[in-house]
Amino acid sequence: MFQIRFHGRGGQGVVTAAEMLSVAAFDEGRFAQAFPSFGSERTGAPVVSFCRIDSRPIRSREPVLKPDALIIQDVTLIHQVDVFAGLSSEGYVLINTSKSVDELGLGDFLGTFHRERLLTCPATELALEHLGRPLPNAVLLGGFAALTSQVTLESIALAIGQRFSGTTAERNVVAATAAYQLVVRAEEELERAATN
Amino acid sequence: MTRRSVRFYQVGSFAVGNRLLEDADRTIQSDPNRSDSLDSGHRACQGCGEALGARYALDAAMRATNGRLIAVNATGCLEVFSTPYPETSWRIAWLHSLFGNAPAVATGVAAAMKVKGMNDVRVVAQAGDGGTVDIGFGCLSGTFERNDDVLFICYDNEAYMNTGVQRSGATPPGARTATTEAVGPNPGNVFGQGKDMPRLAMAHGIPYVATATVADLHDLENKVSRAMELRGARYLHVLVPCPLGWGSASCDTIKVARLAKETGLFPVFEAVNGVVTSVSTIRHRTKVESYLSIQSRYRHLFTGPGRPDIVAHIQAIADRNIERYGLVDGARDQDLREALT
Amino acid sequence: MLQQIEGSRAVAETVARCRPEVVCAYPISPQTHIIEAIGAMVKAGELTPCEFINVESEFAAMSVSIGASAAGARAYTATASQGLLFMMEAVYNAAGLGLPIVMTLANRAIGAPINIWNDHSDAMAARDAGWIQLFAETNQEAADLHVLAFRLAEELSVPVMVCMDGFILTHAVEGIDVPEQGDVDAFLPRYEPRQVLDPAHPISIGAMVGPEAFTEVRYLSHLRQLDALELIPALAAKFALAFGRPSGGLVHSYRTDDATTVVVAMGSVLGTIKDAVDQRRALGDRVGVVGITTFRPFPFEEVRRALSGAHRVVVIEKAFSVGYGGVLAADVASATHDMSLTLHSVVAGLGGRAITQHSIESILDDAAAARLPSVTFLDLDRDIVNSERARIGERRRSGPSAENVLSDLGSVASRIG
Repeated sequence: MFQIRFHGRGGQGVVTAAEMLSVAAFDEGRFAQAFPSFGSERTGAPVVSFCRIDSRPIRSREPVLKPDALIIQDVTLIHQVDVFAGLSSEGYVLINTSKSVDELGLGDFLGTFHRERLLTCPATELALEHLGRPLPNAVLLGGFAALTSQVTLESIALAIGQRFSGTTAERNVVAATAAYQLVVRAEEELERAATN
Repeated sequence: MTRRSVRFYQVGSFAVGNRLLEDADRTIQSDPNRSDSLDSGHRACQGCGEALGARYALDAAMRATNGRLIAVNATGCLEVFSTPYPETSWRIAWLHSLFGNAPAVATGVAAAMKVKGMNDVRVVAQAGDGGTVDIGFGCLSGTFERNDDVLFICYDNEAYMNTGVQRSGATPPGARTATTEAVGPNPGNVFGQGKDMPRLAMAHGIPYVATATVADLHDLENKVSRAMELRGARYLHVLVPCPLGWGSASCDTIKVARLAKETGLFPVFEAVNGVVTSVSTIRHRTKVESYLSIQSRYRHLFTGPGRPDIVAHIQAIADRNIERYGLVDGARDQDLREALT
Repeated sequence: MLQQIEGSRAVAETVARCRPEVVCAYPISPQTHIIEAIGAMVKAGELTPCEFINVESEFAAMSVSIGASAAGARAYTATASQGLLFMMEAVYNAAGLGLPIVMTLANRAIGAPINIWNDHSDAMAARDAGWIQLFAETNQEAADLHVLAFRLAEELSVPVMVCMDGFILTHAVEGIDVPEQGDVDAFLPRYEPRQVLDPAHPISIGAMVGPEAFTEVRYLSHLRQLDALELIPALAAKFALAFGRPSGGLVHSYRTDDATTVVVAMGSVLGTIKDAVDQRRALGDRVGVVGITTFRPFPFEEVRRALSGAHRVVVIEKAFSVGYGGVLAADVASATHDMSLTLHSVVAGLGGRAITQHSIESILDDAAAARLPSVTFLDLDRDIVNSERARIGERRRSGPSAENVLSDLGSVASRIG
């Protein structure tokens, strides 16, 4: 089972992100579950959502306490919420920011994890560029696909198309693809840096 | 008025003789083929205004719908005295659910008829004043707001009678009830805003609102018939004196109802889409004392030094109604004028 | 068709395929998605003929359902928590009148303190009303139970409420096979009422019944619920044949054959419990779990049978009767009173607090080590409790407990579970 936890603020599509990811996994023939942590819904309030992916039916209903991957849609949460709680040492982290992990001051803290699994992605900027709106959720899923290879970009695109329609869907796919490619390049650079 | 006013001059009383009328003008009760919706054998008190009103209203509704009618009844005197287990005095399809939900239940019945394509079957909901203005008010407002196809009839005897005469939102100022006793410096029901249910119904803009009393049963029948010609939410508020609760003689029920109208305390009118369209004018303007003094629920106003201040207050209410609705026509009715010339 | 969709959506689509004729509801979290979806289907003409009525309160919602059902229409509504309480008079009325209304109860805690999250206190508040109460373990079962519910209700002339955990199931997206229209039509015949308001054959429904006959009338409704104990398994078998998967039934057991410790629970927590059971089994513990799907009528015999080999029974439930203790635990105790086993009551998940696999395993550890008390409030923060008790002890005007506890907790927005 692979467990993902999303952190964001109300209005950023955190719940939809988890749902779309679960649809992508489902479309690949796997079992998936997505659900929000049900805080009082209020734009701007911290929101958490969860997604589980497995090759067998998923029975658990508890929140994801030991995530294999974290997607942090709002970087300001890092100092407000213990977003890294329970993160597996093999875990992946994808943070929505144009800064680097070191620039965020997380370099040391994340030293115990696999460096190449901790990335940032300027999803909001990509969203503004391709969608004209600061909605990073679908974009980050593209980055997630590249980072973890848990789902393919094609599946993410399909899931986006099932959730949105028309140009909204198209542009989200373009933005997600851009994020995917950014992450791929970032991974390649990290690998090069590691071998040098 | 919806129908031509009838003048009776045969005797020096208000006795009405159907045999003077054209068939079409006769009361439905004179027809041997009437529905007898509320049949004899019920357990109402002698002189019960509600039993009288309900019989006339439901038979009129059955006539208007060719018997294609379902009635929904709230808890209250009417429901209790008409269905003493194991008997029922209803000859029509009838449902009693709860005290406060008659309007909503009726909405459900109407929806069922609509979805089944049985559009000829109509729905009447009925409740006392408590089930209408107090506990049923929320549901009633909802049914009005949605304009559900229900005729809602309120039989107003101005208190919770079945449970022993307690005050309701419809209890008039000054009246004694078991929870507004005639004791202390402010005997009887205190003065307040009061709930003017007919005007509240009108404020919802529903197709038809009318008031009536059991003193003019032809008028009551006509208004029910008129209401059944329309679709959507309709409201009929009927004043039904309760000899027990009002402390009036059981032979005076119709007289008391007439006095309520003739004093101006109970305006009789019709309104369409929220606007008053016709008014039943007062024949002989009467001081409220004539009405109040024959009901022992107002006795405290007249015993010993009495309470002329409260009586004056009540008179002021009557005068305001007369003014507001134009209940007194200085030159009498047009018909009368024509008849006299 | 198998789709990855939200539980509420699956329920809405399944209910729509049951061809309800009058649907009305008043919005309350977490039922809203169900009602909104059905409303949209009616408005778009996808569900027809159906009257969808936006009512002004839950009391009106059940009342409209009563009127519609009595007039011969298949009626459906949904609510939760406070809404259920607001319509409680009508809930009893519907059962007393023998009207086969089906209602989804999106289980949510009852206040005060106001709480929108999941627990079973709402269902418990209605357990004596005469409604059949079914609890779904998964969203698949939640959808399926509605098909079963209409058939069951109309056959017995008893209203049925399908309980599904609010948010945990209603707002979860998972793979659900929504039954096809043809299959539902084959399983669910047209509504043929046992009593109906018909101007052509007028009857009076809702008479006052005095001491002479009230007992008999109520006993008859009790017998109808007992009939359900036979009919529910029969329908579950038919459902499995027709739809190719098990859903419904009275109770179901998981790895109880040689279990010495058996957990009993209802609803979605069963999934997490099964994971815990598998974990313990892998370590050699003989544990199993019994899920109760039909809570009312209470399946005493089946519960006894399911627990027949157990030495220790741990009832985990999301409700309790204040001043008394666990509700489900009391029913299970009653069913097993003459069996030689030790019963433990665990109250968990109140107001939406997550029940974790870890906590369940701790409970099982304690049970195995014979140090589990007879009543436990799972994951109770004793410090908070003690601090409030001290405050009450010191000062007369100690303020509202709920607000005091929240101040002690500090910011909750940053919590995850």
